Amino acid sequence: MNKDVLIRLNGISKSYDGETVLDNMDLEIHDKEFITLLGPSGCGKTTTLRIIGGFETPDTGDVFFNGERINDMPPYQRQVNTVFQRYALFPHLNVFDNIAFGLRVRKTPSEEIRTKVKEMLALVNLRGFEKRKVTTLSGGQQQRVAIARALVNQPKVLLLDEPLAALDLKLRKDMQVELKNIQQTTGITFVFVTHDQEEALSMSDTVVVMANGRIQQIGTPTDIYNEPVNAFVADFIGESNILDGVMRKDFAVRFAGHDFVCVDGGFGENEAVDVVIRPEDVDVVAPEKGMLKGDVTGVTFKGVHYEIIVDVEGFKWMIQSTDYVAEGQTIGLSIDPDAIHIMKKSEFSGMFGDYSSFSDEFDKLDKLPEEDAEESEEE
Amino acid sequence: MKKQNAVRGAVASPYLVWTLLFIVAPLLFVLWFAFTDASGAFSLESIKGLSTYGRTFVMSIGFSLIATVVCFLIGYPLAYCMSKASARSRSLLLVLLMLPMWTSLLVRTYALMALLDNGGIISNALSGIGLLKDQHLNFIGTEGAVILGMIYDFLPYMVLPIYTSMTKLDVRYIEAANDLGCNGLQTMFRVILPLTRPGIVSGLTMVFVPSISTFYISQKLGGGSFDLIGDTIERQFQNAVTYNTGAAISLVMMVLILISIGIMNRFTDSQEVVVR
Repeated sequence: MNKDVLIRLNGISKSYDGETVLDNMDLEIHDKEFITLLGPSGCGKTTTLRIIGGFETPDTGDVFFNGERINDMPPYQRQVNTVFQRYALFPHLNVFDNIAFGLRVRKTPSEEIRTKVKEMLALVNLRGFEKRKVTTLSGGQQQRVAIARALVNQPKVLLLDEPLAALDLKLRKDMQVELKNIQQTTGITFVFVTHDQEEALSMSDTVVVMANGRIQQIGTPTDIYNEPVNAFVADFIGESNILDGVMRKDFAVRFAGHDFVCVDGGFGENEAVDVVIRPEDVDVVAPEKGMLKGDVTGVTFKGVHYEIIVDVEGFKWMIQSTDYVAEGQTIGLSIDPDAIHIMKKSEFSGMFGDYSSFSDEFDKLDKLPEEDAEESEEE
Repeated sequence: MKKQNAVRGAVASPYLVWTLLFIVAPLLFVLWFAFTDASGAFSLESIKGLSTYGRTFVMSIGFSLIATVVCFLIGYPLAYCMSKASARSRSLLLVLLMLPMWTSLLVRTYALMALLDNGGIISNALSGIGLLKDQHLNFIGTEGAVILGMIYDFLPYMVLPIYTSMTKLDVRYIEAANDLGCNGLQTMFRVILPLTRPGIVSGLTMVFVPSISTFYISQKLGGGSFDLIGDTIERQFQNAVTYNTGAAISLVMMVLILISIGIMNRFTDSQEVVVR
């Protein structure tokens, strides 16, 4: 990957009506990378994107593009284009005119416009859609037009604001693959905003996890998943059991009333830490063979595995296993040293823990309305 | 189902009676008078006699077209500024715009006359600072005065519908235009103007229609030198003998208005603009 810094955010802060949305944020975006800003409602990800696009001015801090400070440059002079949430296609123009919009503004010769629009329609798999009215297109097709309308201008950077949020699951998966392909073919830097951790992990070169207006962690999808820096990241990315623990010494940690060997070191002696164990890293064994012992309180079949909730002395673990266990059964849990990930205590410690109130439905009910509310707020 | 229909009918009936009494019946009377003579027999005399009013029609159309265009040129930027203003100054501007509409059109026109007349406030002020010799502005009685009256009286009808479609315009379209390289002016012509077309069309209609049929404005501000369609019709009906001519002129004017509304609506119907 090319490591040239294309965009640099330096100490960016932004607040609306006294409420801090971005808090002294630093970020470097490299040329040709697919970078994703990931976070929950109101974490500042959309605001960050809008600052790069020029639709918001930071209260403090500087935005650099190719080394040039662009704080005061209006959006129409920036070499970035945006795929807006819910697309914002011009309803008074047909597909061709929507895509040609940017080229016409730049007074491109009409022969060239025709060629380029045709190329774009081919790229997004919409050949023959030139004359269609955008209001008659499906969500997925509108999405493609929006991408084509932005890409035809050959921007250095494409900003995508939750572009897949309005699509159904199947289409979303297809578009993820397609977007990634488009990014690789065109070599344009993509800055992608989403609240969907799976989307972020599967598409990005770099993931930026944000919460409360601050960046929590920057890294490759694997780093973020395997080495979360704090309880927030561990909880937000994938499923995690997060326990209070104490570092006895390097490579030895105590939690859930037992001593474990682990692979992390560099903490103080007897330092309180957060311990993360991913559900797929726990092995189900016979009760007498396990390091921990617990009662199964819930089993859900998920297709590839069972999702098992186990009560270990009041703490409810989530375990993913391909072996079936029955509800009410007592099982043993075995954890390998490299499955244990130790994190320093943070402001998020204790906010995320076990799965005592866990339910798939709750999860969805909780998350969805909130996410919708965020977008209208941030816009 | 039947009961529902009965209820619906009962609710609708007062409106039906109203429509028949005050809209359909008068229209039929106009038609009747237009195609009969004073004795009540069928006659095309009134329609044939219309050719003498050709100049009146042309002048009326010309005046109202000018007033409509000027209203648009003033009203569109005003509506745009209002939609961009902060919530507080927005409501203040709205009240200022609506305030004149709370007084009668006759009163407003009279007031305008008092302002503009020779010896009125404006001519006095101008002569006070030495711009005018004998307090004679000599503006009342000119084409300009009549058109100014139309603009003054009907401007709010242009601004309000345009303002409404401006406020409904999603800011994302403007951001998208900026994103795609449009500066302020380009955004205006390529996105805002086409997307507020429904408001523009109703604004144009709502200024053009009352302008072409007005008689009071031309009488007061025209100083009697301009006979517009409205004046002509009024005169015919003050005199029972010429009801038939009056009806014929009215009929033609209605057809004219219908045609112009039809033309304007073509601009919105052909491309249904969805503004959300």
